[in-house]
Amino acid sequence: MEAVPVRRRQRSTSEIVTSTIGLTLVALVVVWLGINFVKDWSTFVELTFSGLARGSQYALVALGYTLVYGILELINFAHGDVFMIGGMVTATVVINIFALDSNPSAGSLLPVILISLAGAMIVCGVLNATIERVAYKPLRGAPRLVPLITAIGVSFIIENVAFIWKGPRPVQLPPNTLPHDVIFTLGTCPKCATFRWDQLFVMLVTVPVLLGLVWLVRFTKQGKAMRATAQDKDAATMMGIDVNRTISFTFIVAGALAGTAGVIYALYGTAVQWDDGFTLGLIAFTAAVLGGIGNLPGAVLGGLLIGLIYDYNEGLSWYAPGSSWSQTIVFGILILILVFRPQGLLGEQTPEGG
Amino acid sequence: MASRHGRAYRGFFRLLESVGVKDARARWERKSPFLQRAVPPLAIAAVVLVLVLPFRTPDPAAIVFLAIVYALYIMPPRWRKWALPATVLTIAVLYPFLVQQLDYQRFLFEIPIFNTFPTIDTMAVMAIYAMMAVGLNIVVGYAGLLDLGYVAFYALGAYTAAWLASPHASQFHINGKPIDLNIGGVGVTEGLGGIHISIWIVLLAAAIVTAVGGILIGLPTLRLRGDYLAIVTLGFGEIIAEVAKNGDSITLGFNLTGGPPGINPLDPPGWGTWLADHLGLPANYLEKSGQYVNFVTLVYWSGLVLLLLTIFCSLRMRDSRLGRAWIAIREDEVAAAAMGIPLMRTKTWAYASGAFFGGVAGAWFGSFKQGVFPDDFYFQISIFILCMVILGGMGNVWGVVAGAAFLTYLNQEGLSSVSTWFNDKVLPCDPNTADPAKVISGGCVNAPLVSFGIYGLIIVLVMLFRPEGLIPERRRKLEFETGVHDEPLMDLRHAPES
Repeated sequence: MEAVPVRRRQRSTSEIVTSTIGLTLVALVVVWLGINFVKDWSTFVELTFSGLARGSQYALVALGYTLVYGILELINFAHGDVFMIGGMVTATVVINIFALDSNPSAGSLLPVILISLAGAMIVCGVLNATIERVAYKPLRGAPRLVPLITAIGVSFIIENVAFIWKGPRPVQLPPNTLPHDVIFTLGTCPKCATFRWDQLFVMLVTVPVLLGLVWLVRFTKQGKAMRATAQDKDAATMMGIDVNRTISFTFIVAGALAGTAGVIYALYGTAVQWDDGFTLGLIAFTAAVLGGIGNLPGAVLGGLLIGLIYDYNEGLSWYAPGSSWSQTIVFGILILILVFRPQGLLGEQTPEGG
Repeated sequence: MASRHGRAYRGFFRLLESVGVKDARARWERKSPFLQRAVPPLAIAAVVLVLVLPFRTPDPAAIVFLAIVYALYIMPPRWRKWALPATVLTIAVLYPFLVQQLDYQRFLFEIPIFNTFPTIDTMAVMAIYAMMAVGLNIVVGYAGLLDLGYVAFYALGAYTAAWLASPHASQFHINGKPIDLNIGGVGVTEGLGGIHISIWIVLLAAAIVTAVGGILIGLPTLRLRGDYLAIVTLGFGEIIAEVAKNGDSITLGFNLTGGPPGINPLDPPGWGTWLADHLGLPANYLEKSGQYVNFVTLVYWSGLVLLLLTIFCSLRMRDSRLGRAWIAIREDEVAAAAMGIPLMRTKTWAYASGAFFGGVAGAWFGSFKQGVFPDDFYFQISIFILCMVILGGMGNVWGVVAGAAFLTYLNQEGLSSVSTWFNDKVLPCDPNTADPAKVISGGCVNAPLVSFGIYGLIIVLVMLFRPEGLIPERRRKLEFETGVHDEPLMDLRHAPES
């Protein structure tokens, strides 16, 4: 047999130009971060800690976008608002049911956290699955933009339901609901970076949830059904998979993840407002696109990266645009990613792409 | 034939036949089509009249109104084609004389539930929103590209007008002197400074700037597939809003947009003294203060003319070579590309044309309000306009205008009227105990607070039950019914791999 020589595809000029510009932009960001690190390493490290805590929330919400997109190719616009409902449930548990004071003791805090988590995950999972049943399922055969427009409508409805429920002002949780005590300090103060308990709490919730998700998708029968449905719905039906049930299940899982993020958001940030879901949802969607939509590790990576960039931008001192440009930066990243690397950092995995 | 009629129709004749009228339905259907069309509304009206008469005397104005509607209903379609727009236009032009009447009851009547007819203020805003809806319809309805950031063009138009018709530019210096330019500006006093250009030129300039903006936004993003494009346009909308908020010398380092307080005052609309002397057009709209013809009336009439121009352009564009290319792309991108339609260029033109009218609307809005404020340009506006397009019927200009009129009315007055009616008649409550910041308090409902939830509900209901909209375009309706091949050609699979 004759060996066919493997030839590399010739890259066109426009591809080379695009990738050069893209790489230059990434290099500029890295240089900017490096200089900031050298100038003030303690702030940098502290921002890394808070950015990771922020990014964990984005990652959890982004996973929901990615799961749903992977299976239905639908940008579930209402997902951010489901997350906000999770925050509202937590606020209700903390304020109305347990009536916590500021600086609660660990013994009184633990049941609150557990009940909030259970409540938010159940409420958000059921809510998300209901939305799918009522609003998206009848539109499965419609042109692709129709369910997207519907999702926007649903998002508005949920926001306004929360508005009726909790009023126009942010719902304030007691200050320091989570302990702000320092776990460890790097360097000697005043030039030091601290890692706090509330940041650890975020990791303590996020990591097990992520491991659980991996286990669910990789090693259970239901997870196998989800992966099969995402690859090819018709073939999955022929193999005896109940596609409708699998889609509902995916929405429940996505909702539960959003609910978890809502609990963290409410406890860590101690304020939830009826329209918080919109902005955070878009940021999380950006994270999902950054990692590669449909790609679960990609969503986590994208979430953490966006969280870090968000906090670096707001906290660093050397040429950082600052908090009044946060949205511009996040959406700028979204646009740049879609223009320069639309398949995301880790590659997209959708029915038609994969 | 029978399938044309509903269950009520069949039931009615079955009822007649059961009381002894023989062959009622067959005999009725042998009558002339005109009679078949003309009699039922009269019969229904007679029944309603008998039922209502004991409780209240019918308003003569309402009867005249219903008679006009009735006449339009029974006339042959080839007359109606002209009579309907002519009637609507006549009423629209004469509307200020009807509604600003001291004796309201003589010319207009109270609508059940919604109470009064919209004020002239609402109508002036309506014209602006309708203009934007027609513009967005080019992008969404004709070309089938979902744009969730249309508010960006609105803002761009408004801020262009703010630069070209206000004292804002006087803080910048050219050759050591503050900028001072006056080309037909209206309401300019001595030593005001800044740029003052006639509003009619400004409208065109704003439109062109916005269209260029649309091209710049479109070029990198239009090759994305539909749902990604929607999110990216949304992102652009948010970015423009944030730039508008931060664009002062403190945050941006250059006073581009005046920051949070915005730019004001803007020059009011008007024709300037020369045209006023030679053609008798009002020099400055603000200076008119009659009972019928005042500032708002003039703004409304001018807005109406602009809207008609927009509709005209939009219809002509739809039937042009370009418009047919848009529709071809909407229906099947692959087939359109195979027929030699340049996808990117055609889509970019759709984007630019839609932006053009958004810019006109924005500039006109700024001139009407005599100020441009960053808080006016939030995401919800984009969805509000999208809701107009969807409710009216994507692709159908008349439907879109009707949707815009209805939703603007609902937004400006309708929702609060309905809440008032609800709190008065359905579940009576004491408004003094109600908290104005809460939707439901003390038994009272305050619907305007959740207006966007209501628009969201409208969007969902329309999409679920009538995706072609209330007044659908025939072609678009077929697309929704039979489905089209809407797999996009340029999507991620074809994106360069790097």
